[in-house]
Amino acid sequence: MITAMMASSYNAKEEDGHHSGAAGHGGAGADKSRKPDNTAFKQQRLPAWQPILTAGTVLPAFFVIGLIFIPIGIGLYVTSNNIKEFEIDYTGVDSKSECYACARNFSWNSTTPCTCSMNFTLEQPFESNVFMYYGLSNFYQNHRRYVKSRDDSQLNGDPTALKDPSKECEPYRTSEGLPIAPCGAIANSLFNDTLELHYVDSNGTKVEIPLVKKGIAWWTDKHVKFRNPNGNTNLTVAFQGTSKPVNWGKPVYELDPLDPENNGFINEDFIVWMRTAALPTFRKLYRIIQKKSSTTPTLPSGRYILSITYNYPVLSFDGRKRMILSTISWMGGKNPFLGIAYITVGSICFFLGVVLLIIHHKYDNRNTSADIPN
Amino acid sequence: MFRNRPPPEEERRVRANDREYNEKFQYASNCITTSKYNIITFLPVNLFEQFQEVANTYFLFLLILQLIPQISSLSWFTTIVPLALVLSITAIKDATDDYFRHKSDNQVNNRQSQVLIRGSIQKEKWMNVRVGDIIKLENNQFVAADLLLLSSSEPHGLCYIETAELDGETNMKVRQSVSVTCELGDPNNLAAFNGEVVCEPPNNKLDRFCGTLYWKDRKYSLTNQNMLLRGCVLRNTEFCYGLVIFAGPDTKLMQNSGRTKFKRTSIDRLMNTLVLWIFCFLVCMGMILAVGNAVWEREVGSLFQSYLPWDPPVDSFIFSAFLSFWSYVIILNTVVPISLYVSVEVIRLGHSYFINWDRQMFCSQCNTAAEARTTTLNEELGQVEYIFSDKTGTLTQNIMTFNKCSINGQTYGEATDPLGPQPKKLDFTPFNSLADPNFCFYDDTLLESVKVGDCCTHEFFRLLSLCHTVMSEEKSEGELVYKAQSPDEGALVTAARNFGFVFRSRTPGTISTTEMGRPVTYALLAILDFNNIRKRMSVIVRNPEGRIRLYCKGADTMLLERLHPSNQDLMNVTSDHLNEYAADGLRTLALAYRDLSEEQWETWSERQRSAERASDCREERLAAVYEEIEQDMMLLGATAIEDKLQEGVPETIAVLSLANIKVWVLTGDKQETAVNIGYSCKMLTDDMAEVFIISGNTVQCVRQELRAARQRMVELSQSREEGKEVFAEACFLTPDLRGGHREVTEEEEKVEQQPPSPVSSVSPASPAPPLNLMDNISGEFGLVINGHSLAHALEADMEAEFVSTACACKAVICCRVTPLQKAQVVELIKKHKRAVTLAVGDGANDISMIKSAHIGVGISGQEGNQAVLASDYSFSQFRFLQRLLLVHGRWSYLRMCRFLCYFFYKNFAFTMVHFWFGFFCGFSAQTVYDQYFITLYNIVYTSLPVLAMGIFDQDVPDDRSLEYPKLYEPGQLNLLFNKKEFFICIAQGIYTSVVLFFVPYAVLSDATQSSGEPLADYQTFAVTTATALVIVVSVQIALDTGYWTIINHVFIWGSLGLYFSIMLALHSQTLFRIFPNQFHFVGTAQSTLLQPVVWLTIALATAICVVPVLTFRFLKLDLRPQLSDTVRYTQLVRLKKRKLAGRSAGERGWRGASTMSEGRLGARSGSRRSGYAFAHQEGFGELITSGKNMRLSSLVLGSFGSKHSSSWIDTLRRKKHPPTPTCTSGDCSPAPSSICASVPPLSNSSSMMGGSQDTPIEEESDTATVQSVAVSLSPETNGAPAAPQGPGHPHSTAPSSAAERSQAGPPAGWTLSLGAVQEALFGWRNTAPCTNSASSGPT
Repeated sequence: MITAMMASSYNAKEEDGHHSGAAGHGGAGADKSRKPDNTAFKQQRLPAWQPILTAGTVLPAFFVIGLIFIPIGIGLYVTSNNIKEFEIDYTGVDSKSECYACARNFSWNSTTPCTCSMNFTLEQPFESNVFMYYGLSNFYQNHRRYVKSRDDSQLNGDPTALKDPSKECEPYRTSEGLPIAPCGAIANSLFNDTLELHYVDSNGTKVEIPLVKKGIAWWTDKHVKFRNPNGNTNLTVAFQGTSKPVNWGKPVYELDPLDPENNGFINEDFIVWMRTAALPTFRKLYRIIQKKSSTTPTLPSGRYILSITYNYPVLSFDGRKRMILSTISWMGGKNPFLGIAYITVGSICFFLGVVLLIIHHKYDNRNTSADIPN
Repeated sequence: MFRNRPPPEEERRVRANDREYNEKFQYASNCITTSKYNIITFLPVNLFEQFQEVANTYFLFLLILQLIPQISSLSWFTTIVPLALVLSITAIKDATDDYFRHKSDNQVNNRQSQVLIRGSIQKEKWMNVRVGDIIKLENNQFVAADLLLLSSSEPHGLCYIETAELDGETNMKVRQSVSVTCELGDPNNLAAFNGEVVCEPPNNKLDRFCGTLYWKDRKYSLTNQNMLLRGCVLRNTEFCYGLVIFAGPDTKLMQNSGRTKFKRTSIDRLMNTLVLWIFCFLVCMGMILAVGNAVWEREVGSLFQSYLPWDPPVDSFIFSAFLSFWSYVIILNTVVPISLYVSVEVIRLGHSYFINWDRQMFCSQCNTAAEARTTTLNEELGQVEYIFSDKTGTLTQNIMTFNKCSINGQTYGEATDPLGPQPKKLDFTPFNSLADPNFCFYDDTLLESVKVGDCCTHEFFRLLSLCHTVMSEEKSEGELVYKAQSPDEGALVTAARNFGFVFRSRTPGTISTTEMGRPVTYALLAILDFNNIRKRMSVIVRNPEGRIRLYCKGADTMLLERLHPSNQDLMNVTSDHLNEYAADGLRTLALAYRDLSEEQWETWSERQRSAERASDCREERLAAVYEEIEQDMMLLGATAIEDKLQEGVPETIAVLSLANIKVWVLTGDKQETAVNIGYSCKMLTDDMAEVFIISGNTVQCVRQELRAARQRMVELSQSREEGKEVFAEACFLTPDLRGGHREVTEEEEKVEQQPPSPVSSVSPASPAPPLNLMDNISGEFGLVINGHSLAHALEADMEAEFVSTACACKAVICCRVTPLQKAQVVELIKKHKRAVTLAVGDGANDISMIKSAHIGVGISGQEGNQAVLASDYSFSQFRFLQRLLLVHGRWSYLRMCRFLCYFFYKNFAFTMVHFWFGFFCGFSAQTVYDQYFITLYNIVYTSLPVLAMGIFDQDVPDDRSLEYPKLYEPGQLNLLFNKKEFFICIAQGIYTSVVLFFVPYAVLSDATQSSGEPLADYQTFAVTTATALVIVVSVQIALDTGYWTIINHVFIWGSLGLYFSIMLALHSQTLFRIFPNQFHFVGTAQSTLLQPVVWLTIALATAICVVPVLTFRFLKLDLRPQLSDTVRYTQLVRLKKRKLAGRSAGERGWRGASTMSEGRLGARSGSRRSGYAFAHQEGFGELITSGKNMRLSSLVLGSFGSKHSSSWIDTLRRKKHPPTPTCTSGDCSPAPSSICASVPPLSNSSSMMGGSQDTPIEEESDTATVQSVAVSLSPETNGAPAAPQGPGHPHSTAPSSAAERSQAGPPAGWTLSLGAVQEALFGWRNTAPCTNSASSGPT
């Protein structure tokens, strides 16, 4: 690349003979010694640490890795096992499923929402806060064209971007001549099922479980990345001259009309959806069930009813929808893989250490003295 | 440069003083341009040049692809930032280079010269000189253009020039004008001169010119003798006038300085191949993913359109797949990042600087440091297999010293009694005020003989002072400077000067001398000049008394047969002396005179004149006439001149040969000299099984000789192997065989590996051993071939035979070769052996060889600097070659290989993650990482640590790699980076990418933050994978770095720190607020890196990536350690031991003492030869005295007929293929392997003498040294290998006294020269003759 282009071997200076190595050729001035400096750097003698992979360093390293990983793995495994998690698929693929009809009869234009409800039983009570997720499968939120189809300036409340969204939003940039707010495929495909949870107590009455819809988005998303144009005052005016996304039933300033802190671009359901998933099967935080008192479990064991307002079609592309309830520990949700992986890797290291030790002792014919074949 | 050239000239017509006429032909002016650009053309031309590089164009293509929105999977700046960086760095470099070229051009073009314009001399700039101008040159001026010499201040239009810049020869040359023009002395006459020259068009032949001068209706033929070429310097001539024939770019100098052929290293070529492969790999990956995309879009994507419609122009999955292919080409292009090429150049530049900075390659005498003139070849220095060396000026100093002489049957200058004190240098000043103080002679008997007035001695020196072609220059009274055509002649005249026969000055007709303080002037009647056929020169002089005498000096073969019969007795004695001298490697000349009567002279000179006038066969006629008079001469004696070897040449050659580098000497010298030098620099040794001489004159003859040689080699190597087996059995019987046992099995393996191969197909007709058998010839052979035979051997059908024969030999000497043949030999090896060749030389005649070899090394010595200008590396001493190759070359190779391995690894690990991710993102060319990470990964996050490794890494320190030349072998065998290694790196990279993708995938897909938000969002995933990647590759570089200097620490830790800080900055709110559309990742780093699960994931991925690597490395190191590993390990152990020092001091001390004495013995017995080691004849005295040079006769020396006389260097050489299992007593460190520990003395003979007394730090290695020498003795004491250890050993008494002697030696510590070693040796030999005989032992 840097093509050390050779200059032609001719050079005027050299013709002059100034270059000739003989000292004193030019008389005066040639006495200056051209001896290179005696610095450690130039003589390549910088002090250096020269590690060698000897049995004395490698084998202990293996044992140490093993000894660190196995306890961590056990700890992770136990923690993960203590986490309660419940998952229910409500897509309605199966004809026996309660939501079958909703799933089949879906049309974008229907004005009356289709609802269905599913029964399930929690075998064990869920202590502490419970997190409610919705999960989608086979939904490619990580597709390149999908990921880039948004305008962060617009979402950050930039008034010019609001009126003139980025080209990346195509084909969801304008609708009927008006700019779409929020524009792009991500916003357009906002998950809009509504989930409600009812506990069926021992005498058969349905008790609605309060679901908290705030605090589900990242702090930076909520407070930095997403902002309404003109602040949060009078969103209807702020969004005037824009159009709602094609798939949406209502404009963005009506996402949560009751709470101005959760409306427009800073609606947390919207923010959560806009944080695209890395994999085609993903879950997103939907609601939080706060623990009420220290004595009763947040979700006692027993029968529950999940009521779904079925708005979001996934069957067309063979997608699935799930509802997940989970408790949380210091390491997050249930994650058995990590613990098992740590235990496995730790054991392998330990085992390798033993094997290498045996090999080293059996085949090592090098004693400490210098044995340099030549 | 870009001027339209007229069609090539057929012939050149130049009319003097007629610019109008000459302008018709549009000859080039004398302005030279070596620069490439000017201010306006720089940008376009430079960019055009840069985009001729495939890689640059490739990246430009990628950049264009990225501008298409449907394809663009990365932002445009991921490519343009590195590309712009690379282009601008290169442009700046080119611009600086060109600036200096402009400057030097200007300097040359603006030099003043005196031009004759309209009858007056005017000052003109060089660039304004035109063809046809007449210019005036003064003494010591550079010749401005190629001139036809018209007249000069000297009589006969003679002038003297020095052509050092042109052809590298330092001696002065004489040029003479055509007789008719030499009278045109003054400017007026010259202004009227209107002759026309018709000559050949411009060419680059320095020694040929052919033209005709037409003037006043007459024709005069012109030759090179009439030409002054640009670049020459006028000497010893007050002024001269010349007619410009060729100017500027047409001059022979400029015609000779074409662009140097751009040399590429084998790593370069391999790298290019690999890059091509990677590119194919990239296309394959792209295809796979495109097919995946097609399937996905058809099966899933088309259904998913309600949420994600296709882009407007995309209407089918096929088209989508097509676009996706290009998108993936963009994403995956980082497998060959642009930074690869930049980094390689930077590393090479660093290595070049280290070569320039090396103090140990600095010659203080000539104040020259080594110089890497090419920065692109460094790693090739670590792979050299063949060295082609010039002799004169390279192996030898090209300094001739008058060493010995034989006068009237009496030899002078013999080495004095070795037992006596150091002979004193003779002081000539009291005797002769004109003596040259630098002249050294040690035999005062000769001076006595001169003083006494012995007439033969006087005549001898008179001859030397008269019979020569030396020019003298006497600046002030008594301050004589001789300018000799050849250094030997200068040495002879200087000798005569010091012995009282001072040559003062000469005129064409007289020679003035001062004989014993009395000025004498001789009339010079004739010079019968030297040529290669006559091999002698004579002068005929008339002394003041009027006697005419012919003095002749020449090769003894020529001279002795032209002597008067009465000289028979003297001739016998003298030729004995001559043989002795020749055997000592001295250059000899015989001297004779003849008295001529007036009539003889008259008749002869008449015949000579007529011969001189003859137009045809002038040369032959003259030679015949000369022959007539050079008869019946009276022998005076003979001289012996020593051709001094450069410092450290034998040691260097020994070390190089231990490093498995074959050294070939290609010299223009005659066979005898070449062979002598071969012996003196240890290329040829007495240990060699046989030295073959190929000197046939016909094709058949040469073929025959080559075949015979091969036949013989096979026979000898077979018998040798049988011998080995016998010995091996014997060794089994001896007890105490721990070390020996292993050796033997190895030997047996070797034997088994060498079953007679089936008849080769190369030369089926050949009765000689098939060529492929030649590959595994064991035993050491030498080959000497002369230029004549070489010409035949280089013919197409003989090539293969010659190569196979020559390559089976350890040493090859080609003598009497032309510069072209030198290049041909190099090309031959390049072609047939595919080995890396290095040519080293100092003269203009080596340029062709230097240019055609892979690496050209110029010795900046005496013969100008033409070779240096053509070379890739230059330094001033041959011995620096070992450091250049074994230290710098080895390191460069190692570093470059490690760099490349790691570089490909890290980019595959980085890029292939996208491939795996493709399967989960609908093959949509979504990147895993943030675009900024992709941009910065190669140029910021991972570039510096790998650069630091590529520049600073060392596996073993420099002194160790000189100590164990075997460490050089991996480079020759190309072991460290080849296709296999490349695939291993790639595999490792792909493995890492799999781990880096699937571990986060498995962990994060269902994981949530501790606050409940899922972790599987794209940005968290990206940050986790990127962080894991950076950490894994940093751990990997930490494992790869073997030499952690402070810089490595700073770079590795710094890169990690930089990664985190840059990431946090890019994900910060501040940047997002300014450019909300550019920094999507706001807050991701903070929120991700606070999650314990993320760190657990990174740790897990790192462990899974590193543990297998660690395991394999450890196993490799533990079970199959490379030599370098062992050396490293030994050093570690040594360091540890030093810490524990003192504990076992007593025991070691004893061991050291006992073995040390043997070390002394080994050293002594080896260097008993003379300083230049020609005493290898010792023991063959009869052969010498009978006049046969036994070296030339093929002496069959069996491998076990080992000679105690071999020097320690020989011993070392022999160790390379240990002829005997070296079984030593078990208690010491295994000596057989540490033999090489004795090599450091090679570079510094002092340490051999030095020993452990004053260097306790080197204690360990010293014992090793000493032991190894002890081992080296064991073949001599053959039958009883285990014997020589105890203190009661017969050797140990005498050497201790020698040790005392040497300690009591010069106070300057141990900086003894080889000569001092030798001297001490002589001393020792005297004190312990019995030991000597004992050590010779059973042979």
